[in-house]
Amino acid sequence: MTDSRLPTGVALITLILLAGVPLSLYYAGHIFWLDIFTRAVVLAIAAASLNLMLGFAGLASFGHAAYLGIGAYAVGVPAYYETYGGGGMIASYSGWWHLGLALGASALFAAVTGAISLRTRGIHFIMITMAFGQMLFYLLVSIDEYGADDGMTVDLTSQFSHVDLSDPVMLFGICYGSLLLLLLLQYRLKHSHFGRILAAIKQNENRTRALGVNTFYYKLTAYVLAGVICAYAGVLMANFSTFISPGMIEWTRSGELMFMVILGGTAWVFGPVVGAMIFVLLEYFLAGLTVYWHLPFGLLLILTVLLFRGGLGGMLQRIGATRGEGQS
Amino acid sequence: MLEVSALSKHYGGVKATDQVNLNVKAGECHAIIGPNGAGKTTLIGQLCGELLSDAGVIFFQGRNVTGLPMHRRVQLGLARSFQITSVFDDMTVLANVAVAVQANRGHSFRFWRPVSRNESINARALEVLRLVGMEVQHQQLAGALSHGERRQLEIAMALATEPQLLLLDEPMAGMGAEESNAMLAMLQALKGDITLLLVEHDMDVVFSLADTISVLVYGQVIETGSPAQIRNSATVREAYLGDAG
Repeated sequence: MTDSRLPTGVALITLILLAGVPLSLYYAGHIFWLDIFTRAVVLAIAAASLNLMLGFAGLASFGHAAYLGIGAYAVGVPAYYETYGGGGMIASYSGWWHLGLALGASALFAAVTGAISLRTRGIHFIMITMAFGQMLFYLLVSIDEYGADDGMTVDLTSQFSHVDLSDPVMLFGICYGSLLLLLLLQYRLKHSHFGRILAAIKQNENRTRALGVNTFYYKLTAYVLAGVICAYAGVLMANFSTFISPGMIEWTRSGELMFMVILGGTAWVFGPVVGAMIFVLLEYFLAGLTVYWHLPFGLLLILTVLLFRGGLGGMLQRIGATRGEGQS
Repeated sequence: MLEVSALSKHYGGVKATDQVNLNVKAGECHAIIGPNGAGKTTLIGQLCGELLSDAGVIFFQGRNVTGLPMHRRVQLGLARSFQITSVFDDMTVLANVAVAVQANRGHSFRFWRPVSRNESINARALEVLRLVGMEVQHQQLAGALSHGERRQLEIAMALATEPQLLLLDEPMAGMGAEESNAMLAMLQALKGDITLLLVEHDMDVVFSLADTISVLVYGQVIETGSPAQIRNSATVREAYLGDAG
């Protein structure tokens, strides 16, 4: 049950590289790499939030990108109204307002959709969460005022008194710090009273209920928590890309988040971070090679699922275990 | 302790249980026997709340629990063990039991402190493991246990919910002679402290444990009585022989 040392070492090195590489490249004049890494960190937060459901409780939500969208539109819409008028009391550039809106709206959306979809299991759960995500997608596509399917630019980033999110280094620092905090939180959560109940639900929900646990509320809590954290990632995403569109919510995006989690390994708190980094780097290099980059990308996806059971985290765990046996 | 009247469950046209009446008295070990397909597993499912009944009522300690979900019944003291071993393979033996202890102590909406260092929960889980003679293995992964040990853990988990009435669904299933004897000794030790409702194929076990036996055939209880009465009952013999022929 104890995490072996190898995955922990890999996690620490990855964290150092994740901050060191883009910052040193940035100050050496290669500004572009900071962008790539900021995106990777934001996606890592989103993927880690999905892992709260997928990895901790075994809930395969296929509509998780919806929360990225909720967070992003909670920045874009108030900023739009503040710039062009209208929107009543929603209009604002205030970062705290954007955050509050994102967290409140995502919690509400998660509570309602979760209460419905968590009554189903397995493939039905996957389908219904995907359906809720697509509902939000088509809703946003239909709103011409927000640019419909073209989306709209965010003219001014969320305003905080001491923090300037339009400064790329500052933004990266905020994203990176948020990721560290989230990882600590998830690590504690995984080993907490709550985390053990989720683990029990993941392994055998019926058995957990037969021990007197009302599993529904535990699953719903994980579901809402995951949604709220992902919406936070959405707020960061909107400030980073200064552009929002329904494309952020499409079910393929949810699939990508799921891919990151599975690639990194669901049993590993750090897995989604590795998954997100590999995803962003692969996407970058493959897209540079060919416009048909989705094809080799898909093949790689299939290969990882087939070859690395338990993702990269699972592989590291096995390597660490064999080495440990060899030494003793 | 448990009063069941006219309990029925149909699957399509098939009556899995049909107007079952059952009265389990506090402190006794009540066995349910019957040929394959008699509806024993369905009955257990209905009693513990896994299956909703089509008709009939279940009173547990004077309280109507017919419509209550499984977890509520467990909280009231009606626990079960599974015919097919259901333990959490990726967890240690201690953690398996600790999940049940956690559930018994109320909610687990505690997100920060490591649960493995909750000494009060661990102490109680160890106490239950000692009861089934498994405290030595408490740090092993449940998935690495032998079949017999997994069956014992299964019972330990049910015991950790502090049941008044324990439904045992074929506790001897798939066990060797030695393992069966250990399990039998354990159940004998439990008897008296906890009311047991036992579903079992092994007649030696049934006749050495049970105070009362009910015979279930084609979804109906055809006879209830002491082991001696059942052994000598013409109806029971006919039902079994008829089934075998």
